[in-house]
Amino acid sequence: MNSTPFPTPEDSSNQGLINRLKRQPSSPRTLFNTVMTVIVFVCAAIAIVPLVAVLWYVLEKGGSRLSLELFTQLPPPPNALGGGFGNAFIGTLMTVGIGSAIAIPCGILAAIFLSEFAAGTRLANWIGFLTNVLSGVPSIVVGVFAYSMVVLTMGGFSAIAGGFALAVLMLPIIVRTATESLALVPQEARQAAVGLGATRFQTVARVVLPAALPPILTGVMLAVARASGETAPLIFTALFNNFWPKGVSEPIATLSVLVYNFATTPYKNQQELAAAGSLILVLMVTIASIGSRLIVKRK
Amino acid sequence: MVTSSHPQIQPILSSKDANIYYGNFLAVRDVTIDIPKNSITAFIGPSGCGKSTVLRCFNRLNDLIKTFKMRGRMNYHGQDLYSPEIDPVAVRRQIGMVFQKPNPFPKSIYDNIAFGPRLVNYKGDMDELVERSLRGSALWDEVKDKLNESGLALSGGQQQRLCIARAIAMQPDVILMDEPCSALDPISTLKVEDLLQELKEKYTIVIVTHNMQQASRASDYTAFFNVEQTDRGRTGHIVEYDRTEVIFQNPQQQATQSYVSGRFG
Repeated sequence: MNSTPFPTPEDSSNQGLINRLKRQPSSPRTLFNTVMTVIVFVCAAIAIVPLVAVLWYVLEKGGSRLSLELFTQLPPPPNALGGGFGNAFIGTLMTVGIGSAIAIPCGILAAIFLSEFAAGTRLANWIGFLTNVLSGVPSIVVGVFAYSMVVLTMGGFSAIAGGFALAVLMLPIIVRTATESLALVPQEARQAAVGLGATRFQTVARVVLPAALPPILTGVMLAVARASGETAPLIFTALFNNFWPKGVSEPIATLSVLVYNFATTPYKNQQELAAAGSLILVLMVTIASIGSRLIVKRK
Repeated sequence: MVTSSHPQIQPILSSKDANIYYGNFLAVRDVTIDIPKNSITAFIGPSGCGKSTVLRCFNRLNDLIKTFKMRGRMNYHGQDLYSPEIDPVAVRRQIGMVFQKPNPFPKSIYDNIAFGPRLVNYKGDMDELVERSLRGSALWDEVKDKLNESGLALSGGQQQRLCIARAIAMQPDVILMDEPCSALDPISTLKVEDLLQELKEKYTIVIVTHNMQQASRASDYTAFFNVEQTDRGRTGHIVEYDRTEVIFQNPQQQATQSYVSGRFG
Protein backbone atom coordinates (compact mmCIF):
# COMPACT_ATOMS: atom_id res chain seq x y z
CA MET A 1 0.00 0.00 0.00
CA ASN A 2 2.84 2.36 0.77
CA SER A 3 4.62 3.80 -2.18
CA THR A 4 7.49 4.99 -0.02
CA PRO A 5 9.75 2.83 2.08
CA PHE A 6 9.21 5.15 5.05
CA PRO A 7 6.75 4.26 7.81
CA THR A 8 3.63 6.47 7.97
CA PRO A 9 1.65 7.55 11.05
CA GLU A 10 -0.99 4.97 10.22
CA ASP A 11 1.50 2.26 10.92
CA SER A 12 0.32 0.83 14.22
CA SER A 13 3.87 -0.15 15.08
CA ASN A 14 4.73 3.55 15.27
CA GLN A 15 1.79 4.58 17.45
CA GLY A 16 3.76 4.16 20.68
CA LEU A 17 6.50 6.37 19.28
CA ILE A 18 3.99 9.06 18.25
CA ASN A 19 2.31 8.99 21.67
CA ARG A 20 5.61 9.78 23.30
CA LEU A 21 5.70 13.09 21.45
CA LYS A 22 2.37 14.28 22.87
CA ARG A 23 2.09 16.78 25.74
CA GLN A 24 1.59 15.25 29.19
CA PRO A 25 0.47 18.11 31.50
CA SER A 26 0.16 15.95 34.59
CA SER A 27 3.46 14.11 34.35
CA PRO A 28 5.89 14.68 37.28
CA ARG A 29 8.42 16.17 34.91
CA THR A 30 6.00 18.81 33.62
CA LEU A 31 4.77 19.63 37.13
CA PHE A 32 8.31 20.00 38.42
CA ASN A 33 9.09 22.29 35.51
CA THR A 34 6.09 24.50 36.28
CA VAL A 35 6.84 24.69 40.00
CA MET A 36 10.49 25.62 39.39
CA THR A 37 9.51 28.29 36.88
CA VAL A 38 7.15 29.85 39.43
CA ILE A 39 9.81 29.77 42.15
CA VAL A 40 12.33 31.47 39.86
CA PHE A 41 9.89 34.26 39.04
CA VAL A 42 8.97 34.76 42.71
CA CYS A 43 12.65 34.99 43.69
CA ALA A 44 13.31 37.50 40.91
CA ALA A 45 10.41 39.60 42.18
CA ILE A 46 11.72 39.43 45.76
CA ALA A 47 15.13 40.59 44.54
CA ILE A 48 13.58 43.66 42.95
CA VAL A 49 11.52 44.60 46.04
CA PRO A 50 14.35 46.29 48.00
CA LEU A 51 15.39 48.31 44.95
CA VAL A 52 11.87 49.59 44.32
CA ALA A 53 11.29 50.15 48.04
CA VAL A 54 14.46 52.22 48.43
CA LEU A 55 13.65 54.33 45.39
CA TRP A 56 10.09 54.82 46.61
CA TYR A 57 11.16 55.74 50.14
CA VAL A 58 13.77 58.23 48.98
CA LEU A 59 11.42 59.81 46.44
CA GLU A 60 8.59 60.11 48.94
CA LYS A 61 10.71 61.58 51.75
CA GLY A 62 13.04 63.74 49.70
CA GLY A 63 11.08 64.49 46.56
CA SER A 64 9.15 67.34 48.16
CA ARG A 65 12.36 69.23 48.99
CA LEU A 66 13.78 68.89 45.51
CA SER A 67 14.59 72.40 44.24
CA LEU A 68 17.45 74.54 43.02
CA GLU A 69 17.83 75.89 46.57
CA LEU A 70 19.37 72.59 47.60
CA PHE A 71 22.39 73.32 45.45
CA THR A 72 22.76 77.04 46.12
CA GLN A 73 22.36 77.26 49.89
CA LEU A 74 24.26 76.09 52.95
CA PRO A 75 22.79 73.73 55.57
CA PRO A 76 20.63 75.72 58.01
CA PRO A 77 21.24 75.82 61.79
CA PRO A 78 18.91 73.72 63.98
CA ASN A 79 15.32 74.98 64.15
CA ALA A 80 15.79 77.27 61.14
CA LEU A 81 13.76 76.63 58.00
CA GLY A 82 14.84 76.16 54.37
CA GLY A 83 18.48 75.87 53.40
CA GLY A 84 20.26 73.36 51.20
CA PHE A 85 23.45 71.39 50.89
CA GLY A 86 25.32 73.07 48.04
CA ASN A 87 28.60 72.70 49.93
CA ALA A 88 28.07 68.96 50.43
CA PHE A 89 27.19 68.46 46.77
CA ILE A 90 30.37 70.21 45.67
CA GLY A 91 32.27 68.32 48.37
CA THR A 92 31.07 64.99 47.02
CA LEU A 93 32.12 66.00 43.51
CA MET A 94 35.52 67.09 44.85
CA THR A 95 36.28 64.00 46.94
CA VAL A 96 35.05 61.63 44.22
CA GLY A 97 36.99 63.70 41.67
CA ILE A 98 40.21 63.43 43.70
CA GLY A 99 39.59 59.71 44.21
CA SER A 100 38.98 59.21 40.48
CA ALA A 101 42.05 61.22 39.52
CA ILE A 102 44.14 58.80 41.59
CA ALA A 103 42.32 55.51 41.04
CA ILE A 104 41.37 55.62 37.34
CA PRO A 105 44.87 56.05 35.84
CA CYS A 106 46.48 53.80 38.47
CA GLY A 107 43.82 51.14 38.07
CA ILE A 108 43.85 51.04 34.27
CA LEU A 109 47.64 51.04 34.07
CA ALA A 110 47.80 48.29 36.69
CA ALA A 111 45.29 46.27 34.67
CA ILE A 112 47.37 46.75 31.52
CA PHE A 113 50.40 45.48 33.39
CA LEU A 114 48.51 42.48 34.74
CA SER A 115 46.89 41.46 31.47
CA GLU A 116 49.39 42.54 28.79
CA PHE A 117 52.83 42.48 30.32
CA ALA A 118 52.82 40.06 33.22
CA ALA A 119 49.94 37.72 32.36
CA GLY A 120 50.43 34.29 33.89
CA THR A 121 53.47 35.26 35.97
CA ARG A 122 53.59 34.66 39.69
CA LEU A 123 53.80 38.40 40.31
CA ALA A 124 50.60 39.02 38.34
CA ASN A 125 48.78 36.25 40.16
CA TRP A 126 49.81 37.74 43.50
CA ILE A 127 48.78 41.24 42.55
CA GLY A 128 45.45 39.93 41.25
CA PHE A 129 44.90 38.03 44.49
CA LEU A 130 45.81 41.03 46.65
CA THR A 131 43.47 43.22 44.59
CA ASN A 132 40.64 40.84 45.38
CA VAL A 133 41.55 40.98 49.06
CA LEU A 134 41.59 44.78 48.91
CA SER A 135 38.11 44.83 47.40
CA GLY A 136 36.89 42.84 50.40
CA VAL A 137 38.38 45.18 53.02
CA PRO A 138 35.54 46.96 54.89
CA SER A 139 35.31 50.62 53.98
CA ILE A 140 35.65 51.68 57.63
CA VAL A 141 39.07 50.00 57.71
CA VAL A 142 40.05 51.90 54.58
CA GLY A 143 38.96 55.06 56.41
CA VAL A 144 41.20 54.28 59.38
CA PHE A 145 44.05 53.60 56.95
CA ALA A 146 43.55 56.93 55.17
CA TYR A 147 43.27 58.64 58.55
CA SER A 148 46.66 57.41 59.68
CA MET A 149 48.28 57.80 56.24
CA VAL A 150 47.00 61.24 55.23
CA VAL A 151 45.14 62.97 58.07
CA LEU A 152 47.84 62.41 60.65
CA THR A 153 50.71 63.27 58.31
CA MET A 154 48.99 66.34 56.85
CA GLY A 155 47.88 67.45 60.29
CA GLY A 156 44.15 67.70 59.67
CA PHE A 157 41.02 66.46 57.97
CA SER A 158 40.80 67.36 54.32
CA ALA A 159 39.21 66.71 50.94
CA ILE A 160 42.51 65.12 49.89
CA ALA A 161 42.31 62.59 52.73
CA GLY A 162 38.71 61.79 51.76
CA GLY A 163 39.65 61.46 48.11
CA PHE A 164 42.55 59.19 49.03
CA ALA A 165 40.26 56.90 51.01
CA LEU A 166 37.80 56.75 48.10
CA ALA A 167 40.66 56.02 45.69
CA VAL A 168 41.66 52.99 47.79
CA LEU A 169 38.07 51.75 47.56
CA MET A 170 37.80 52.40 43.81
CA LEU A 171 41.14 50.90 42.87
CA PRO A 172 40.31 47.18 43.16
CA ILE A 173 37.03 47.61 41.27
CA ILE A 174 38.78 49.35 38.39
CA VAL A 175 41.73 46.95 38.32
CA ARG A 176 39.50 43.91 38.28
CA THR A 177 37.00 45.06 35.66
CA ALA A 178 39.73 46.51 33.43
CA THR A 179 41.81 43.32 33.64
CA GLU A 180 38.78 41.28 32.65
CA SER A 181 37.95 43.69 29.80
CA LEU A 182 41.48 43.51 28.42
CA ALA A 183 41.46 39.72 28.63
CA LEU A 184 38.33 39.69 26.45
CA VAL A 185 40.15 41.34 23.54
CA PRO A 186 40.77 38.51 21.06
CA GLN A 187 44.34 37.27 20.79
CA GLU A 188 44.04 37.63 17.00
CA ALA A 189 43.94 41.41 17.33
CA ARG A 190 47.22 41.42 19.23
CA GLN A 191 48.81 39.04 16.73
CA ALA A 192 47.67 41.18 13.82
CA ALA A 193 49.28 44.25 15.35
CA VAL A 194 52.51 42.46 16.26
CA GLY A 195 52.60 40.87 12.80
CA LEU A 196 52.54 44.35 11.28
CA GLY A 197 55.56 45.34 13.30
CA ALA A 198 53.89 47.07 16.23
CA THR A 199 55.89 47.29 19.44
CA ARG A 200 54.32 46.08 22.64
CA PHE A 201 53.36 49.60 23.64
CA GLN A 202 51.87 50.35 20.20
CA THR A 203 49.89 47.11 20.33
CA VAL A 204 48.40 48.00 23.71
CA ALA A 205 47.82 51.69 23.02
CA ARG A 206 46.44 51.45 19.48
CA VAL A 207 44.63 48.12 19.39
CA VAL A 208 44.00 46.48 22.75
CA LEU A 209 43.01 49.49 24.84
CA PRO A 210 40.59 51.02 22.28
CA ALA A 211 38.92 47.64 21.84
CA ALA A 212 38.49 47.18 25.59
CA LEU A 213 37.44 50.76 26.34
CA PRO A 214 33.63 50.33 26.63
CA PRO A 215 33.73 47.63 29.34
CA ILE A 216 36.56 49.48 31.10
CA LEU A 217 34.38 52.60 31.24
CA THR A 218 31.57 50.54 32.75
CA GLY A 219 33.91 49.41 35.50
CA VAL A 220 35.07 52.97 36.09
CA MET A 221 31.47 54.15 36.38
CA LEU A 222 30.76 51.34 38.82
CA ALA A 223 33.67 52.48 40.95
CA VAL A 224 32.60 56.14 40.80
CA ALA A 225 29.06 55.19 41.79
CA ARG A 226 30.34 53.12 44.70
CA ALA A 227 32.66 55.88 45.87
CA SER A 228 30.07 58.65 45.73
CA GLY A 229 27.87 56.80 48.21
CA GLU A 230 30.60 55.87 50.71
CA THR A 231 30.22 57.36 54.19
CA ALA A 232 32.36 55.45 56.65
CA PRO A 233 35.76 56.29 55.15
CA LEU A 234 34.81 59.98 54.83
CA ILE A 235 33.68 60.52 58.44
CA PHE A 236 37.23 60.62 59.76
CA THR A 237 39.06 61.78 56.65
CA ALA A 238 37.03 64.55 55.02
CA LEU A 239 35.01 65.08 58.24
CA PHE A 240 32.30 67.69 57.64
CA ASN A 241 32.01 71.43 57.17
CA ASN A 242 29.02 73.75 57.44
CA PHE A 243 30.47 76.25 55.00
CA TRP A 244 31.49 76.38 51.35
CA PRO A 245 34.71 74.52 50.58
CA LYS A 246 37.78 76.78 50.52
CA GLY A 247 40.28 74.28 49.20
CA VAL A 248 41.35 70.68 49.09
CA SER A 249 43.27 70.77 52.37
CA GLU A 250 40.29 71.83 54.51
CA PRO A 251 37.66 69.58 56.07
CA ILE A 252 34.85 69.32 53.57
CA ALA A 253 31.17 68.37 53.63
CA THR A 254 29.93 65.47 51.51
CA LEU A 255 26.40 64.32 50.73
CA SER A 256 26.82 60.92 52.34
CA VAL A 257 28.17 62.33 55.60
CA LEU A 258 25.45 65.01 55.54
CA VAL A 259 22.81 62.29 55.28
CA TYR A 260 24.48 60.44 58.16
CA ASN A 261 24.62 63.58 60.32
CA PHE A 262 21.17 64.95 59.56
CA ALA A 263 19.02 61.82 59.39
CA THR A 264 19.46 61.16 63.10
CA THR A 265 18.83 64.74 64.31
CA PRO A 266 15.49 65.52 65.99
CA TYR A 267 14.85 68.48 63.65
CA LYS A 268 12.31 67.97 60.88
CA ASN A 269 14.02 70.36 58.46
CA GLN A 270 17.35 68.53 58.80
CA GLN A 271 15.63 65.16 58.37
CA GLU A 272 14.05 66.39 55.15
CA LEU A 273 17.41 67.62 53.89
CA ALA A 274 18.90 64.19 54.67
CA ALA A 275 16.16 62.56 52.61
CA ALA A 276 16.72 65.00 49.75
CA GLY A 277 20.45 64.31 49.99
CA SER A 278 19.78 60.58 49.71
CA LEU A 279 17.66 61.21 46.66
CA ILE A 280 20.40 63.25 45.00
CA LEU A 281 22.94 60.51 45.78
CA VAL A 282 20.70 57.84 44.26
CA LEU A 283 20.11 60.05 41.21
CA MET A 284 23.86 60.64 40.78
CA VAL A 285 24.57 56.92 40.88
CA THR A 286 21.70 56.17 38.50
CA ILE A 287 22.77 58.83 36.02
CA ALA A 288 26.36 57.55 36.19
CA SER A 289 25.35 53.98 35.42
CA ILE A 290 22.91 54.98 32.66
CA GLY A 291 25.63 57.19 31.20
CA SER A 292 28.10 54.31 31.15
CA ARG A 293 25.52 52.09 29.45
CA LEU A 294 25.02 54.72 26.76
CA ILE A 295 28.75 55.02 26.17
CA VAL A 296 29.03 51.25 25.78
CA LYS A 297 26.06 51.08 23.42
CA ARG A 298 27.35 53.85 21.20
CA LYS A 299 30.70 52.11 20.65
CA MET B 1 66.92 11.50 3.58
CA VAL B 2 66.11 15.22 3.58
CA THR B 3 66.35 16.78 0.17
CA SER B 4 66.32 20.51 -0.02
CA SER B 5 67.93 23.63 -1.41
CA HIS B 6 67.03 22.59 -4.94
CA PRO B 7 66.08 25.95 -6.45
CA GLN B 8 69.26 27.49 -7.76
CA ILE B 9 68.03 31.07 -7.52
CA GLN B 10 69.32 33.55 -4.99
CA PRO B 11 67.35 32.85 -1.79
CA ILE B 12 65.71 35.67 0.13
CA LEU B 13 64.98 33.54 3.18
CA SER B 14 67.03 30.54 4.05
CA SER B 15 67.15 28.24 6.99
CA LYS B 16 69.94 25.82 7.85
CA ASP B 17 69.66 22.94 10.33
CA ALA B 18 67.07 24.78 12.38
CA ASN B 19 65.60 22.93 15.34
CA ILE B 20 62.55 24.50 16.94
CA TYR B 21 61.64 23.75 20.53
CA TYR B 22 58.75 24.57 22.81
CA GLY B 23 60.32 24.06 26.21
CA ASN B 24 62.10 20.73 25.98
CA PHE B 25 59.81 19.46 23.25
CA LEU B 26 61.37 19.36 19.80
CA ALA B 27 58.58 20.57 17.51
CA VAL B 28 60.41 20.66 14.19
CA ARG B 29 63.88 19.35 13.40
CA ASP B 30 66.53 19.94 10.78
CA VAL B 31 64.79 22.63 8.80
CA THR B 32 66.98 23.43 5.83
CA ILE B 33 65.26 25.36 3.09
CA ASP B 34 65.97 28.21 0.67
CA ILE B 35 63.06 30.43 -0.34
CA PRO B 36 63.68 32.10 -3.73
CA LYS B 37 62.83 35.74 -4.34
CA ASN B 38 59.64 36.72 -6.19
CA SER B 39 58.16 33.27 -6.03
CA ILE B 40 55.40 31.50 -4.19
CA THR B 41 56.54 28.73 -1.92
CA ALA B 42 53.92 26.43 -0.41
CA PHE B 43 54.29 24.43 2.79
CA ILE B 44 52.09 21.33 2.76
CA GLY B 45 51.77 18.39 5.09
CA PRO B 46 49.52 16.77 7.69
CA SER B 47 48.37 18.61 10.82
CA GLY B 48 50.99 19.04 13.51
CA CYS B 49 53.93 18.73 11.14
CA GLY B 50 55.26 22.18 11.96
CA LYS B 51 54.44 24.10 8.77
CA SER B 52 53.03 27.09 10.64
CA THR B 53 55.72 26.89 13.28
CA VAL B 54 58.46 27.23 10.66
CA LEU B 55 56.54 29.99 8.88
CA ARG B 56 56.23 32.00 12.10
CA CYS B 57 59.96 31.65 12.73
CA PHE B 58 60.69 33.64 9.60
CA ASN B 59 59.23 36.84 11.03
CA ARG B 60 59.99 36.02 14.66
CA LEU B 61 56.34 35.83 15.62
CA ASN B 62 57.14 32.77 17.74
CA ASP B 63 59.09 35.08 20.04
CA LEU B 64 55.72 35.81 21.64
CA ILE B 65 55.63 32.25 22.97
CA LYS B 66 57.65 32.20 26.15
CA THR B 67 58.89 28.61 25.86
CA PHE B 68 59.95 28.98 22.21
CA LYS B 69 63.58 28.28 21.33
CA MET B 70 65.31 28.07 17.95
CA ARG B 71 68.68 26.45 17.38
CA GLY B 72 70.32 26.73 13.98
CA ARG B 73 70.19 29.52 11.45
CA MET B 74 67.43 31.47 9.79
CA ASN B 75 68.75 34.01 7.32
CA TYR B 76 67.14 36.90 5.51
CA HIS B 77 69.29 38.23 2.65
CA GLY B 78 72.15 36.38 4.34
CA GLN B 79 71.64 38.11 7.70
CA ASP B 80 70.95 35.87 10.70
CA LEU B 81 67.45 36.81 11.85
CA TYR B 82 68.10 35.51 15.36
CA SER B 83 71.31 37.40 15.97
CA PRO B 84 71.08 39.50 19.15
CA GLU B 85 71.54 42.73 17.18
CA ILE B 86 68.33 42.11 15.23
CA ASP B 87 65.15 43.84 16.44
CA PRO B 88 62.21 41.45 15.98
CA VAL B 89 59.83 44.40 15.57
CA ALA B 90 61.85 45.62 12.58
CA VAL B 91 61.89 42.10 11.13
CA ARG B 92 58.09 41.96 11.21
CA ARG B 93 57.93 45.25 9.32
CA GLN B 94 59.94 43.72 6.46
CA ILE B 95 58.34 40.29 6.58
CA GLY B 96 54.58 40.65 6.81
CA MET B 97 52.05 38.09 7.92
CA VAL B 98 48.52 37.12 6.92
CA PHE B 99 46.79 34.86 9.39
CA GLN B 100 44.52 31.86 9.04
CA LYS B 101 41.48 33.60 10.43
CA PRO B 102 40.84 37.04 8.90
CA ASN B 103 41.62 39.42 11.76
CA PRO B 104 40.84 43.02 10.80
CA PHE B 105 41.05 45.50 13.65
CA PRO B 106 37.69 46.76 14.95
CA LYS B 107 38.38 49.99 13.07
CA SER B 108 37.35 51.46 9.74
CA ILE B 109 38.66 49.95 6.50
CA TYR B 110 40.83 53.03 6.01
CA ASP B 111 42.28 52.84 9.52
CA ASN B 112 42.98 49.13 9.12
CA ILE B 113 45.22 49.87 6.15
CA ALA B 114 46.74 52.99 7.68
CA PHE B 115 47.52 51.21 10.95
CA GLY B 116 50.90 49.83 9.92
CA PRO B 117 52.17 52.94 8.12
CA ARG B 118 51.14 55.07 11.11
CA LEU B 119 53.25 52.85 13.38
CA VAL B 120 56.32 54.01 11.50
CA ASN B 121 55.08 57.61 11.09
CA TYR B 122 54.66 57.25 7.34
CA LYS B 123 55.23 60.71 5.84
CA GLY B 124 53.80 60.16 2.35
CA ASP B 125 50.25 60.57 1.09
CA MET B 126 48.21 58.21 3.25
CA ASP B 127 45.10 58.34 1.02
CA GLU B 128 47.22 57.31 -1.93
CA LEU B 129 48.87 54.49 0.03
CA VAL B 130 45.49 53.18 1.23
CA GLU B 131 44.15 53.17 -2.34
CA ARG B 132 47.28 51.53 -3.72
CA SER B 133 47.21 48.83 -1.04
CA LEU B 134 43.51 48.11 -1.58
CA ARG B 135 44.04 47.97 -5.34
CA GLY B 136 46.98 45.67 -4.69
CA SER B 137 44.72 43.22 -2.91
CA ALA B 138 41.93 43.56 -5.53
CA LEU B 139 39.55 45.01 -2.96
CA TRP B 140 39.46 48.67 -4.00
CA ASP B 141 36.43 48.49 -6.28
CA GLU B 142 34.38 46.74 -3.62
CA VAL B 143 35.14 49.12 -0.75
CA LYS B 144 36.07 52.48 -2.30
CA ASP B 145 32.72 54.00 -1.32
CA LYS B 146 32.75 52.77 2.27
CA LEU B 147 36.28 53.31 3.53
CA ASN B 148 34.89 54.65 6.81
CA GLU B 149 32.86 51.56 7.56
CA SER B 150 34.16 48.97 9.97
CA GLY B 151 36.48 46.34 8.54
CA LEU B 152 34.48 43.78 10.48
CA ALA B 153 31.39 44.54 8.35
CA LEU B 154 33.01 42.95 5.29
CA SER B 155 32.50 39.32 4.25
CA GLY B 156 35.11 36.74 5.24
CA GLY B 157 36.80 36.79 1.84
CA GLN B 158 36.86 40.58 1.76
CA GLN B 159 38.24 40.64 5.30
CA GLN B 160 41.09 38.37 4.29
CA ARG B 161 41.91 40.58 1.29
CA LEU B 162 41.74 43.56 3.67
CA CYS B 163 44.32 41.81 5.83
CA ILE B 164 46.48 41.24 2.74
CA ALA B 165 46.11 44.93 1.85
CA ARG B 166 47.07 45.81 5.40
CA ALA B 167 50.23 43.71 5.04
CA ILE B 168 51.02 45.27 1.64
CA ALA B 169 50.66 48.78 3.06
CA MET B 170 53.81 48.21 5.11
CA GLN B 171 55.62 47.72 1.77
CA PRO B 172 57.21 44.52 3.00
CA ASP B 173 59.69 42.33 1.20
CA VAL B 174 58.12 39.00 2.05
CA ILE B 175 54.53 38.09 2.90
CA LEU B 176 53.99 34.99 5.00
CA MET B 177 50.51 33.48 4.77
CA ASP B 178 49.30 30.94 7.31
CA GLU B 179 46.45 29.01 5.64
CA PRO B 180 44.91 32.26 4.39
CA CYS B 181 42.05 30.52 2.58
CA SER B 182 41.02 27.90 5.11
CA ALA B 183 38.17 30.06 6.40
CA LEU B 184 37.02 31.18 2.93
CA ASP B 185 34.49 29.86 0.43
CA PRO B 186 35.76 28.53 -2.94
CA ILE B 187 35.09 31.77 -4.86
CA SER B 188 36.91 33.93 -2.33
CA THR B 189 39.69 31.35 -2.33
CA LEU B 190 40.11 31.67 -6.09
CA LYS B 191 40.23 35.46 -5.79
CA VAL B 192 42.99 35.22 -3.23
CA GLU B 193 44.88 32.73 -5.39
CA ASP B 194 44.65 35.03 -8.41
CA LEU B 195 45.90 37.79 -6.19
CA LEU B 196 48.91 35.71 -5.18
CA GLN B 197 50.04 35.54 -8.82
CA GLU B 198 49.95 39.33 -9.06
CA LEU B 199 51.65 39.80 -5.71
CA LYS B 200 54.64 37.66 -6.56
CA GLU B 201 55.74 40.25 -9.12
CA LYS B 202 56.66 42.49 -6.21
CA TYR B 203 56.85 40.28 -3.18
CA THR B 204 58.09 36.89 -2.11
CA ILE B 205 55.29 34.76 -0.74
CA VAL B 206 55.41 31.77 1.57
CA ILE B 207 52.06 30.12 2.08
CA VAL B 208 51.00 27.32 4.41
CA THR B 209 48.07 25.36 3.04
CA HIS B 210 46.10 22.23 3.77
CA ASN B 211 44.66 22.34 0.30
CA MET B 212 46.84 20.36 -2.09
CA GLN B 213 45.05 21.65 -5.17
CA GLN B 214 45.85 25.12 -3.97
CA ALA B 215 49.52 24.28 -3.59
CA SER B 216 49.68 22.69 -7.03
CA ARG B 217 47.70 25.53 -8.68
CA ALA B 218 49.22 28.51 -7.02
CA SER B 219 52.79 27.80 -5.97
CA ASP B 220 56.15 27.63 -7.73
CA TYR B 221 57.91 25.60 -5.05
CA THR B 222 56.49 23.18 -2.55
CA ALA B 223 57.92 21.82 0.68
CA PHE B 224 56.31 18.67 2.00
CA PHE B 225 56.43 18.37 5.79
CA ASN B 226 55.74 15.22 7.72
CA VAL B 227 55.58 14.35 11.38
CA GLU B 228 56.94 11.33 13.19
CA GLN B 229 56.53 10.00 16.69
CA THR B 230 59.75 10.01 18.69
CA ASP B 231 60.43 9.35 22.34
CA ARG B 232 60.15 13.12 22.92
CA GLY B 233 56.80 13.62 21.24
CA ARG B 234 55.69 14.34 17.70
CA THR B 235 58.40 16.07 15.73
CA GLY B 236 57.93 17.55 12.29
CA HIS B 237 60.51 17.77 9.52
CA ILE B 238 60.77 18.58 5.83
CA VAL B 239 60.58 15.43 3.73
CA GLU B 240 61.04 16.92 0.32
CA TYR B 241 61.36 20.36 -1.20
CA ASP B 242 61.37 21.02 -4.91
CA ARG B 243 59.61 22.72 -7.77
CA THR B 244 55.87 22.26 -7.33
CA GLU B 245 55.45 20.16 -10.48
CA VAL B 246 58.19 17.78 -9.32
CA ILE B 247 56.58 17.37 -5.91
CA PHE B 248 53.20 16.63 -7.42
CA GLN B 249 54.19 14.63 -10.47
CA ASN B 250 57.51 13.03 -9.78
CA PRO B 251 58.31 13.12 -6.08
CA GLN B 252 61.50 11.42 -4.99
CA GLN B 253 60.20 10.26 -1.63
CA GLN B 254 57.64 7.55 -1.03
CA ALA B 255 55.97 9.58 1.76
CA THR B 256 55.52 12.55 -0.58
CA GLN B 257 54.06 10.31 -3.23
CA SER B 258 51.56 8.87 -0.74
CA TYR B 259 50.57 12.29 0.57
CA VAL B 260 50.08 14.10 -2.73
CA SER B 261 48.12 11.17 -4.15
CA GLY B 262 45.83 11.33 -1.13
CA ARG B 263 46.78 7.99 0.44
CA PHE B 264 47.29 9.57 3.89
CA GLY B 265 47.15 12.88 5.68
